[in-house]
Amino acid sequence: MENLFSLFVRSIFVDNMVFAYFLGMCSYLAISKNVKTAFGLGLAVIFVMLITVPVNFLINKYLLVKGGLSWLSPSLSEVDLSFLSFIMFIAVIAAIVQLVEMVVERYSPALYSSLGIFLPLIAVNCAIMGASLFMQEREYSSLAESTTFALGSGIGWCLAIVGIAAIREKLKYSQVPAPLKGLGIAFIITGLMGVSFMCFLGIEL
Amino acid sequence: MKEKDMKRQEKAPAKVQSPKPSGEENRLFSAKNLKLLSRPFGADNPVTVQVLGICSALAVTVKLQPALVMAVSVIVVTGFSNLIISLLRNTIPPRIRIIVQLTVIATLVILVDQVLKAVAYDVSKQLSVFVGLIITNCIVMGRLEAFAMANKPWPAFLDGIGNGAGYGFILIVVAFLRELFGSGTLLGFKVIPESFYQAGYVNNGLFILPPMALIVLGVIIWVHRSFNPNLIEK
Repeated sequence: MENLFSLFVRSIFVDNMVFAYFLGMCSYLAISKNVKTAFGLGLAVIFVMLITVPVNFLINKYLLVKGGLSWLSPSLSEVDLSFLSFIMFIAVIAAIVQLVEMVVERYSPALYSSLGIFLPLIAVNCAIMGASLFMQEREYSSLAESTTFALGSGIGWCLAIVGIAAIREKLKYSQVPAPLKGLGIAFIITGLMGVSFMCFLGIEL
Repeated sequence: MKEKDMKRQEKAPAKVQSPKPSGEENRLFSAKNLKLLSRPFGADNPVTVQVLGICSALAVTVKLQPALVMAVSVIVVTGFSNLIISLLRNTIPPRIRIIVQLTVIATLVILVDQVLKAVAYDVSKQLSVFVGLIITNCIVMGRLEAFAMANKPWPAFLDGIGNGAGYGFILIVVAFLRELFGSGTLLGFKVIPESFYQAGYVNNGLFILPPMALIVLGVIIWVHRSFNPNLIEK
């Protein structure tokens, strides 16, 4: 339990998807012009991550890794399908995003209209794919661990995009050198936010 | 003859879709095709102007070597995925094109990943998940949607190579600065002489940390836009 809590905090602050690994930067920069939509996208990312990472964890554990297929029949215990993981993960993500979109549209039209445009975008958000790949790379051993990691990473990403959206809203009233306007200053602010997030680096939990 | 050629080139951009079998169109390296290669380096750079593919761009730029490998991998993937999709463009049903594109990209990325693991295992370990993340790199999808779906294979291939190279160029510039100032080396070789260190020069540790990549890129955009004032955002 303690282990899970420390993993949770680590994945929000120390291993933040945006500031430590630059994942999901495309939508992070494109949809951070106001706080409300940024928060909507952040929620959608948390939601999708929370579903895709555990599903990919199960697929990885029971289909892809060497010996993973042995539950099917002992003769398959030598099969190593891990080279298929990229195509498998992206297919799962695309399918789940589609599914989530349909379910949300059917049962919660209000949520759908607020998330609507962002959901399809999420399929190509690198933070989602990145979370699945990190889950595989770091060899999280249980479903609970990978779910906690997914939740933490999603919250971290959401925090980052809401933060920059708030700063960019205020930035409209300040005088930025013309060539630096828009994209340039957004990068530099993200860098500075990253520096401030680095103060979590030394924390041991 | 020269004048005639010039005239044709001026006309060329207007008729992207209507292929006239003239000599100029069929030459592999006509001026128009070369432009596809060179534009992504300047006014049409995928990273600084189109804002595509920043995701995986920055995490691999601490050292020059992984950045070079990453650049080559992306060039291969963009080039060949553009080529393949352009060959298939008339047979792909528009409703399922995204999944077809993703499958092609994912297959190419798996190939690249396997080759890297076989040939350069150390670098492939350093790049870790970022090779896999080429799949969700928006440059690849963006160029497929914007160019390969509407153009013939050869120009599409050049466009892919050009955009991959434009992306790689930014990657290498950032990595060059970070490795030079952060570790005082280039490609692992000491560049800054020992006497500098004795005179009190110290490597800037901030350059190794992730946030500096963003700041360096912000400054690159600043410089780029002050030379191209038409790109400045209102």
